[in-house]
Amino acid sequence: MTDPVLRTQGLSRRFGGLVAASDVELDLHRGRLHALLGPNGAGKSTLINLLSGDLAATSGSIKFKGNDITRFSADRRSRLGIGRSYQKTNIFTAFTAFENCRLAAQSRAPRALRVLGDALGFQPTCDAAHHALEAAGLAGRAGDIAATLSHGEQRQLEIAMVLATAPDVLLLDEPLAGMGAEEVGRMVALLQKLTPGHAILLVEHDMDAVFAVADVITVMVEGQVLESGPPAQIRGSAAVRQAYLGDGADT
Amino acid sequence: MSRRQIAATAVLVCLALFPFAGVAFYTELVAKVMILAIFAMSLDLLVGFTGLVSFGHAAYFGIGAYALGLMAPKYEAANLWLTLPAAVLAAGLAALAAGAFVVRAKGIYFIMVTLAFAQMFYFVFHDTSFGGGSDGISINVKPVASIGGFMPFDLSSATQSYFFVFTLMVLVFIFLRILLRSAFGKALQGIRSNEHRMLSLGFPVYRYKLASFTLAGALAGLAGYLSALQFGFVNPEMISWHQSGDVLLMLILGGSGTLYGGIAGAFGFVALQELFQSVTSHWQLLLGGTIILLVIFLPGGLASAGGHLKRVLVGDTIDD
Repeated sequence: MTDPVLRTQGLSRRFGGLVAASDVELDLHRGRLHALLGPNGAGKSTLINLLSGDLAATSGSIKFKGNDITRFSADRRSRLGIGRSYQKTNIFTAFTAFENCRLAAQSRAPRALRVLGDALGFQPTCDAAHHALEAAGLAGRAGDIAATLSHGEQRQLEIAMVLATAPDVLLLDEPLAGMGAEEVGRMVALLQKLTPGHAILLVEHDMDAVFAVADVITVMVEGQVLESGPPAQIRGSAAVRQAYLGDGADT
Repeated sequence: MSRRQIAATAVLVCLALFPFAGVAFYTELVAKVMILAIFAMSLDLLVGFTGLVSFGHAAYFGIGAYALGLMAPKYEAANLWLTLPAAVLAAGLAALAAGAFVVRAKGIYFIMVTLAFAQMFYFVFHDTSFGGGSDGISINVKPVASIGGFMPFDLSSATQSYFFVFTLMVLVFIFLRILLRSAFGKALQGIRSNEHRMLSLGFPVYRYKLASFTLAGALAGLAGYLSALQFGFVNPEMISWHQSGDVLLMLILGGSGTLYGGIAGAFGFVALQELFQSVTSHWQLLLGGTIILLVIFLPGGLASAGGHLKRVLVGDTIDD
């Protein structure tokens, strides 16, 4: 078995008296899609925020390729190769879809502080942006202002931007939320295509999609990991059924 | 050529021919406005393109001016080619030092901290004697543009001085246009649009903001230097919050985030000022009221007036 790309040990986050994430142990491996399930408020988004650096951990550690990154800022983690998407669409609404992705790709370009060359003249960055748009199924909307895209297309753009940064780890916070059936099908296919080359953590409420693409599933309840294992194990787990699936608490 | 290019060319030609119109007083006035236009464009880099509303930008204008005042010998001419880069550098370094603190603040706090730093600089010059205290410093002899004895132009001539300022204004405009199309400029505009996402995409936002703040300060220093050169004196008022407020008003009047809005705003502001001053001693009331009306009816500033006018005259059309 290969070493995990990303590993958390005893990772916790408190908000005053509330423990949003408690003692989370999680390994993400390249080539595996790791899905995170749990009812609302289980701490899934908190965990993604802890991994991406949007939130600082109260205790515990995060290791990326063996190096401790627990105290690294969000932008530094991103440059290391940890990319994330947001549950609430977080794009540059006034820019074109292409410029959204070009800017994302630019963060990886050498000489990012070039002050005199035309940014649009730097071909590798533009190519990366076009590839990302195409992968996310937005090639036809490259020139459109992001604000004019449909909700589903903005979700696709959200993913395209992460892809444009060419990350090793993908942290995807409900990428399918608000997408139509056709877009969900395309996104599931994209996730399957991305899995071999990436370590993916997927938070998603669409059970059909999760069980279709996940290699490993972790179920969280009230900030804690309830159970972790292959999809078949989770499907058969009495504890999971009781805590989550069986309650009809699905949102 | 697009309409915008035609308009820009027309403005440039008018400005280039203006000194030959034979109204000496206005030549100096227009030169003063062009200096303010450089100042306003430098602020636009912060306000309009990085999303940082500075209410203390006069600090760097004043430091550029004081740099000349302090470097100029009492009875001899300073050399332009030494003092001008030194003034720009001094203003840039001051902005870098202050910026290291202020760009950590956000929103209203950023506004307050930039103001606080500007007030600090103000009182340093106002309450100590090294810059002449509240009287400031007179620059008795205008700097010379001598290169080893060779004199390409003479700054004591109002006309040549006008063209020097005109050239610098055009160069600053071109420089900022190129900058804003570069990767660096695109990143600044990304920060203005969505700072949080820029961080998560891996941009070291703090460094970009600091670079923008430093550059804006250096260009404000250039404007301050030119102002000291033109008027032959510097005083703490150049650093005061009135001055910071005026340049912000010019930008609001002209329209931020467009660059040429800074130029339009400087001309509009000074024109209104001159007009109202000639009518009443309560001109500030009229100026303030006019600016409020303009903000209400022309929220994009004077820079957007062309489009509005066209819509009024020929009905709704797609703006090029």
